[in-house]
Amino acid sequence: MRGNIYLYILVMAGVTYLIRLIPLIFMRKEIQNVYLKSFLYYVPYVTLAVMTFPAILRATASLWSALAGFIAALVLAYRGGSLFKVSILACLSVFIFELMV
Amino acid sequence: MSNNNLSWKNGIKDGILIALGYFAVSFTFGIMAKKAGMTPFQAVFMSAANLTSAGQFGALALIGTSATYLEMALIQLVINLRYSLMSCSLSQKFEPRAGFPHRLLVAFGVTDEIFGVSVCKEGKLNPFYNYGLMSVSIPGWMLGTFCGVVSGGILPARIISALSVALYGMFIAVIVPPAKGNKLLAGIILSSMLLSLLFAQLPILSQISQGFKIIILTVLIAGIAALLFPVKEVADEG
Repeated sequence: MRGNIYLYILVMAGVTYLIRLIPLIFMRKEIQNVYLKSFLYYVPYVTLAVMTFPAILRATASLWSALAGFIAALVLAYRGGSLFKVSILACLSVFIFELMV
Repeated sequence: MSNNNLSWKNGIKDGILIALGYFAVSFTFGIMAKKAGMTPFQAVFMSAANLTSAGQFGALALIGTSATYLEMALIQLVINLRYSLMSCSLSQKFEPRAGFPHRLLVAFGVTDEIFGVSVCKEGKLNPFYNYGLMSVSIPGWMLGTFCGVVSGGILPARIISALSVALYGMFIAVIVPPAKGNKLLAGIILSSMLLSLLFAQLPILSQISQGFKIIILTVLIAGIAALLFPVKEVADEG
Protein backbone atom coordinates (compact mmCIF):
# COMPACT_ATOMS: atom_id res chain seq x y z
CA MET A 1 0.00 0.00 0.00
CA ARG A 2 2.04 2.98 -1.21
CA GLY A 3 -0.55 5.75 -1.56
CA ASN A 4 -2.28 7.22 1.44
CA ILE A 5 -5.35 5.13 2.18
CA TYR A 6 -7.36 8.12 3.39
CA LEU A 7 -6.61 10.06 0.24
CA TYR A 8 -7.76 7.10 -1.83
CA ILE A 9 -11.00 7.00 0.12
CA LEU A 10 -11.59 10.73 -0.26
CA VAL A 11 -10.93 10.62 -4.02
CA MET A 12 -13.38 7.74 -4.36
CA ALA A 13 -16.00 9.44 -2.23
CA GLY A 14 -15.68 12.74 -4.12
CA VAL A 15 -16.06 11.19 -7.55
CA THR A 16 -18.95 8.97 -6.49
CA TYR A 17 -20.79 11.83 -4.81
CA LEU A 18 -20.49 14.10 -7.85
CA ILE A 19 -21.81 11.35 -10.14
CA ARG A 20 -24.88 11.15 -7.93
CA LEU A 21 -25.30 14.86 -7.33
CA ILE A 22 -24.91 16.50 -10.75
CA PRO A 23 -28.09 15.16 -12.37
CA LEU A 24 -30.09 15.94 -9.22
CA ILE A 25 -28.98 19.56 -9.40
CA PHE A 26 -29.19 20.15 -13.12
CA MET A 27 -32.37 18.26 -13.96
CA ARG A 28 -34.69 19.97 -11.53
CA LYS A 29 -37.16 21.43 -14.00
CA GLU A 30 -39.84 19.06 -15.10
CA ILE A 31 -38.97 17.69 -18.51
CA GLN A 32 -41.67 18.38 -21.11
CA ASN A 33 -40.25 16.31 -23.96
CA VAL A 34 -42.41 13.20 -24.33
CA TYR A 35 -39.56 11.02 -25.51
CA LEU A 36 -37.28 11.89 -22.59
CA LYS A 37 -40.15 11.59 -20.14
CA SER A 38 -40.99 8.14 -21.41
CA PHE A 39 -37.34 7.16 -21.33
CA LEU A 40 -37.03 8.15 -17.67
CA TYR A 41 -40.29 6.37 -16.90
CA TYR A 42 -38.90 3.09 -18.26
CA VAL A 43 -35.42 3.46 -16.72
CA PRO A 44 -36.13 1.99 -13.27
CA TYR A 45 -37.87 -1.10 -14.60
CA VAL A 46 -35.05 -1.90 -17.00
CA THR A 47 -32.29 -1.10 -14.52
CA LEU A 48 -33.76 -3.16 -11.69
CA ALA A 49 -34.56 -6.09 -13.99
CA VAL A 50 -31.03 -6.09 -15.39
CA MET A 51 -29.51 -5.87 -11.90
CA THR A 52 -31.67 -8.70 -10.57
CA PHE A 53 -31.28 -11.27 -13.29
CA PRO A 54 -29.13 -13.33 -13.66
CA ALA A 55 -27.15 -11.89 -10.70
CA ILE A 56 -29.60 -13.35 -8.17
CA LEU A 57 -28.74 -16.84 -9.37
CA ARG A 58 -25.15 -16.39 -8.24
CA ALA A 59 -25.91 -14.67 -4.93
CA THR A 60 -26.36 -17.72 -2.71
CA ALA A 61 -24.41 -20.88 -1.98
CA SER A 62 -26.01 -22.83 -4.84
CA LEU A 63 -27.92 -22.17 -8.04
CA TRP A 64 -30.88 -24.17 -6.73
CA SER A 65 -31.35 -22.30 -3.48
CA ALA A 66 -31.08 -19.07 -5.45
CA LEU A 67 -33.76 -20.30 -7.84
CA ALA A 68 -35.97 -21.14 -4.86
CA GLY A 69 -35.56 -17.60 -3.55
CA PHE A 70 -36.10 -16.08 -6.99
CA ILE A 71 -39.31 -18.02 -7.65
CA ALA A 72 -40.63 -17.31 -4.14
CA ALA A 73 -40.03 -13.60 -4.67
CA LEU A 74 -41.71 -13.62 -8.10
CA VAL A 75 -44.82 -15.42 -6.85
CA LEU A 76 -45.17 -13.27 -3.72
CA ALA A 77 -44.60 -10.05 -5.61
CA TYR A 78 -47.16 -11.07 -8.22
CA ARG A 79 -49.68 -11.66 -5.44
CA GLY A 80 -49.04 -8.13 -4.25
CA GLY A 81 -46.91 -8.89 -1.21
CA SER A 82 -45.26 -5.89 0.43
CA LEU A 83 -41.58 -5.10 -0.02
CA PHE A 84 -40.92 -6.51 3.41
CA LYS A 85 -42.83 -9.75 2.92
CA VAL A 86 -41.36 -10.51 -0.46
CA SER A 87 -37.81 -9.84 0.61
CA ILE A 88 -37.91 -11.69 3.93
CA LEU A 89 -39.73 -14.71 2.51
CA ALA A 90 -37.23 -14.92 -0.34
CA CYS A 91 -34.45 -15.05 2.27
CA LEU A 92 -36.35 -17.68 4.24
CA SER A 93 -36.87 -19.82 1.14
CA VAL A 94 -33.15 -19.81 0.49
CA PHE A 95 -32.41 -20.62 4.11
CA ILE A 96 -34.89 -23.50 4.32
CA PHE A 97 -33.85 -24.85 0.94
CA GLU A 98 -30.20 -24.92 1.95
CA LEU A 99 -31.08 -26.66 5.22
CA MET A 100 -32.93 -29.40 3.39
CA VAL A 101 -30.57 -30.07 0.52
CA MET B 1 -44.78 18.44 8.79
CA SER B 2 -46.77 15.31 9.67
CA ASN B 3 -46.38 14.38 6.03
CA ASN B 4 -42.61 14.53 6.38
CA ASN B 5 -42.85 12.51 9.54
CA LEU B 6 -44.89 9.80 7.86
CA SER B 7 -42.54 9.64 4.88
CA TRP B 8 -39.59 9.38 7.24
CA LYS B 9 -41.21 6.50 9.11
CA ASN B 10 -42.09 4.66 5.91
CA GLY B 11 -38.51 5.12 4.82
CA ILE B 12 -37.20 3.61 8.02
CA LYS B 13 -39.49 0.63 7.62
CA ASP B 14 -38.37 -0.12 4.08
CA GLY B 15 -34.81 0.78 5.04
CA ILE B 16 -34.64 -2.12 7.48
CA LEU B 17 -34.76 -4.49 4.52
CA ILE B 18 -32.04 -2.65 2.71
CA ALA B 19 -29.96 -2.73 5.88
CA LEU B 20 -30.35 -6.52 6.12
CA GLY B 21 -29.25 -7.00 2.54
CA TYR B 22 -26.44 -4.50 2.98
CA PHE B 23 -25.23 -6.31 6.05
CA ALA B 24 -24.64 -9.47 4.01
CA VAL B 25 -22.79 -7.62 1.25
CA SER B 26 -20.71 -5.35 3.47
CA PHE B 27 -19.80 -8.26 5.73
CA THR B 28 -18.11 -9.83 2.72
CA PHE B 29 -16.54 -6.49 1.92
CA GLY B 30 -15.17 -6.28 5.47
CA ILE B 31 -13.50 -9.67 5.13
CA MET B 32 -11.91 -8.63 1.84
CA ALA B 33 -10.83 -5.27 3.26
CA LYS B 34 -9.04 -7.02 6.06
CA LYS B 35 -7.28 -9.24 3.57
CA ALA B 36 -6.21 -6.10 1.70
CA GLY B 37 -4.59 -4.87 4.91
CA MET B 38 -7.08 -2.26 6.04
CA THR B 39 -7.84 -1.51 9.68
CA PRO B 40 -11.45 -1.68 10.94
CA PHE B 41 -11.60 2.10 11.10
CA GLN B 42 -10.34 2.50 7.53
CA ALA B 43 -12.79 -0.06 6.18
CA VAL B 44 -15.77 1.45 8.00
CA PHE B 45 -14.70 4.93 6.95
CA MET B 46 -14.56 3.80 3.32
CA SER B 47 -18.04 2.30 3.61
CA ALA B 48 -19.47 5.40 5.28
CA ALA B 49 -17.94 7.79 2.76
CA ASN B 50 -18.75 5.83 -0.38
CA LEU B 51 -21.80 3.65 0.08
CA THR B 52 -21.17 1.72 -3.10
CA SER B 53 -20.52 -2.01 -3.19
CA ALA B 54 -18.94 -2.47 -6.60
CA GLY B 55 -16.91 0.71 -6.25
CA GLN B 56 -15.49 -0.37 -2.92
CA PHE B 57 -14.62 -3.87 -4.06
CA GLY B 58 -12.94 -2.33 -7.09
CA ALA B 59 -11.01 0.03 -4.86
CA LEU B 60 -9.60 -2.84 -2.80
CA ALA B 61 -8.08 -4.34 -5.90
CA LEU B 62 -6.60 -0.99 -6.93
CA ILE B 63 -5.16 -0.17 -3.53
CA GLY B 64 -3.43 -3.53 -3.59
CA THR B 65 -1.63 -2.56 -6.78
CA SER B 66 -0.74 0.91 -5.43
CA ALA B 67 -2.56 2.72 -8.23
CA THR B 68 -2.39 6.47 -8.72
CA TYR B 69 -5.18 8.71 -7.42
CA LEU B 70 -6.18 9.52 -10.99
CA GLU B 71 -6.62 5.83 -11.75
CA MET B 72 -8.75 5.50 -8.66
CA ALA B 73 -10.93 8.43 -9.73
CA LEU B 74 -11.40 7.01 -13.23
CA ILE B 75 -12.24 3.52 -12.01
CA GLN B 76 -14.87 4.93 -9.67
CA LEU B 77 -16.29 7.00 -12.49
CA VAL B 78 -16.61 3.93 -14.70
CA ILE B 79 -17.97 1.61 -12.03
CA ASN B 80 -20.41 4.12 -10.58
CA LEU B 81 -21.58 6.00 -13.67
CA ARG B 82 -24.88 4.17 -13.51
CA TYR B 83 -25.77 6.29 -10.47
CA SER B 84 -26.05 9.36 -12.66
CA LEU B 85 -28.71 7.63 -14.72
CA MET B 86 -30.57 6.85 -11.52
CA SER B 87 -30.20 10.44 -10.33
CA CYS B 88 -31.72 11.69 -13.61
CA SER B 89 -34.74 9.52 -12.99
CA LEU B 90 -35.00 10.46 -9.30
CA SER B 91 -34.54 14.15 -10.04
CA GLN B 92 -37.85 14.23 -11.91
CA LYS B 93 -39.55 12.26 -9.21
CA PHE B 94 -39.03 14.65 -6.29
CA GLU B 95 -41.65 17.15 -5.23
CA PRO B 96 -41.03 20.65 -6.53
CA ARG B 97 -40.46 21.89 -2.98
CA ALA B 98 -37.49 19.55 -2.62
CA GLY B 99 -34.91 22.26 -3.17
CA PHE B 100 -31.15 22.46 -3.33
CA PRO B 101 -30.30 21.47 0.29
CA HIS B 102 -32.51 18.40 0.02
CA ARG B 103 -30.84 17.39 -3.22
CA LEU B 104 -27.39 17.73 -1.64
CA LEU B 105 -28.42 15.30 1.08
CA VAL B 106 -30.38 12.86 -1.02
CA ALA B 107 -27.54 12.61 -3.54
CA PHE B 108 -25.31 10.98 -0.97
CA GLY B 109 -27.71 8.06 -0.73
CA VAL B 110 -28.31 7.27 -4.40
CA THR B 111 -27.49 3.57 -4.39
CA ASP B 112 -28.98 0.78 -6.49
CA GLU B 113 -31.26 -0.18 -3.63
CA ILE B 114 -32.33 3.22 -2.35
CA PHE B 115 -33.02 4.27 -5.91
CA GLY B 116 -34.93 1.07 -6.61
CA VAL B 117 -37.19 1.39 -3.61
CA SER B 118 -37.84 5.13 -3.86
CA VAL B 119 -38.26 5.68 -7.60
CA CYS B 120 -41.30 3.44 -7.97
CA LYS B 121 -43.26 5.01 -5.11
CA GLU B 122 -46.60 6.25 -6.25
CA GLY B 123 -46.83 9.96 -6.96
CA LYS B 124 -44.14 12.50 -6.19
CA LEU B 125 -41.34 11.64 -3.82
CA ASN B 126 -40.80 13.29 -0.44
CA PRO B 127 -37.07 13.53 0.35
CA PHE B 128 -37.83 12.55 3.93
CA TYR B 129 -38.66 9.07 2.67
CA ASN B 130 -35.10 8.85 1.35
CA TYR B 131 -33.73 10.16 4.65
CA GLY B 132 -35.61 7.37 6.41
CA LEU B 133 -34.11 4.80 4.05
CA MET B 134 -30.64 6.25 4.49
CA SER B 135 -30.79 6.51 8.27
CA VAL B 136 -31.19 2.75 8.61
CA SER B 137 -29.38 1.39 5.59
CA ILE B 138 -26.17 3.40 6.00
CA PRO B 139 -25.60 2.15 9.58
CA GLY B 140 -26.36 -1.36 8.29
CA TRP B 141 -23.72 -0.95 5.61
CA MET B 142 -21.17 0.31 8.16
CA LEU B 143 -22.00 -2.30 10.78
CA GLY B 144 -21.67 -5.14 8.27
CA THR B 145 -18.30 -3.81 7.21
CA PHE B 146 -17.13 -3.60 10.80
CA CYS B 147 -18.30 -7.11 11.65
CA GLY B 148 -16.67 -8.47 8.52
CA VAL B 149 -13.30 -6.96 9.37
CA VAL B 150 -13.22 -7.99 13.02
CA SER B 151 -14.93 -11.37 12.86
CA GLY B 152 -13.01 -12.95 10.05
CA GLY B 153 -15.92 -15.04 8.83
CA ILE B 154 -17.59 -16.07 12.10
CA LEU B 155 -21.11 -15.44 10.84
CA PRO B 156 -22.53 -18.72 9.51
CA ALA B 157 -22.32 -19.01 5.75
CA ARG B 158 -25.98 -20.06 5.68
CA ILE B 159 -27.15 -16.75 7.07
CA ILE B 160 -25.01 -14.71 4.69
CA SER B 161 -26.26 -16.85 1.83
CA ALA B 162 -29.90 -16.29 2.77
CA LEU B 163 -29.51 -12.55 3.36
CA SER B 164 -27.85 -12.18 -0.02
CA VAL B 165 -31.17 -12.42 -1.81
CA ALA B 166 -32.85 -9.73 0.32
CA LEU B 167 -31.90 -6.92 -2.05
CA TYR B 168 -32.97 -8.84 -5.14
CA GLY B 169 -36.22 -9.74 -3.42
CA MET B 170 -36.84 -6.02 -2.96
CA PHE B 171 -36.15 -5.26 -6.60
CA ILE B 172 -38.62 -7.93 -7.62
CA ALA B 173 -41.23 -6.57 -5.22
CA VAL B 174 -40.79 -3.16 -6.85
CA ILE B 175 -41.01 -4.11 -10.52
CA VAL B 176 -43.45 -7.01 -10.61
CA PRO B 177 -46.68 -5.47 -9.21
CA PRO B 178 -46.88 -2.60 -11.74
CA ALA B 179 -46.26 -5.12 -14.52
CA LYS B 180 -49.24 -7.19 -13.45
CA GLY B 181 -51.94 -6.65 -16.07
CA ASN B 182 -49.61 -4.37 -18.02
CA LYS B 183 -48.29 -6.38 -20.95
CA LEU B 184 -45.99 -3.61 -22.08
CA LEU B 185 -44.15 -3.31 -18.75
CA ALA B 186 -44.07 -7.08 -18.35
CA GLY B 187 -42.54 -7.40 -21.81
CA ILE B 188 -39.95 -4.74 -21.05
CA ILE B 189 -38.95 -6.41 -17.79
CA LEU B 190 -38.76 -9.82 -19.44
CA SER B 191 -36.63 -8.56 -22.34
CA SER B 192 -34.36 -6.76 -19.88
CA MET B 193 -33.77 -9.96 -17.94
CA LEU B 194 -33.22 -12.01 -21.08
CA LEU B 195 -30.75 -9.54 -22.55
CA SER B 196 -29.00 -9.33 -19.20
CA LEU B 197 -28.67 -13.11 -19.22
CA LEU B 198 -27.36 -12.98 -22.78
CA PHE B 199 -24.77 -10.37 -21.77
CA ALA B 200 -23.66 -12.60 -18.92
CA GLN B 201 -23.27 -15.68 -21.12
CA LEU B 202 -22.01 -14.59 -24.54
CA PRO B 203 -18.22 -14.63 -24.98
CA ILE B 204 -17.26 -11.00 -25.66
CA LEU B 205 -20.25 -9.39 -23.97
CA SER B 206 -19.56 -11.15 -20.69
CA GLN B 207 -16.30 -9.20 -20.43
CA ILE B 208 -18.25 -5.99 -19.92
CA SER B 209 -18.37 -4.92 -16.27
CA GLN B 210 -21.67 -5.07 -14.41
CA GLY B 211 -21.83 -1.27 -14.14
CA PHE B 212 -21.46 -0.73 -17.86
CA LYS B 213 -23.79 -3.56 -18.70
CA ILE B 214 -26.48 -1.80 -16.66
CA ILE B 215 -25.87 1.48 -18.47
CA ILE B 216 -25.79 -0.04 -21.96
CA LEU B 217 -28.92 -2.13 -21.49
CA THR B 218 -30.85 0.64 -19.75
CA VAL B 219 -30.11 3.21 -22.46
CA LEU B 220 -30.83 0.67 -25.17
CA ILE B 221 -34.03 -0.89 -23.86
CA ALA B 222 -35.57 2.19 -22.22
CA GLY B 223 -34.57 4.19 -25.31
CA ILE B 224 -36.28 1.81 -27.73
CA ALA B 225 -39.31 1.46 -25.45
CA ALA B 226 -39.68 5.25 -25.27
CA LEU B 227 -39.55 5.46 -29.08
CA LEU B 228 -42.07 2.70 -29.68
CA PHE B 229 -44.36 3.31 -26.72
CA PRO B 230 -44.26 6.92 -25.56
CA VAL B 231 -45.98 7.25 -22.20
CA LYS B 232 -49.11 9.36 -22.09
CA GLU B 233 -49.42 12.13 -19.53
CA VAL B 234 -51.87 10.23 -17.31
CA ALA B 235 -49.96 6.98 -17.11
CA ASP B 236 -47.03 9.00 -15.85
CA GLU B 237 -47.09 7.80 -12.29
CA GLY B 238 -47.21 4.11 -13.10
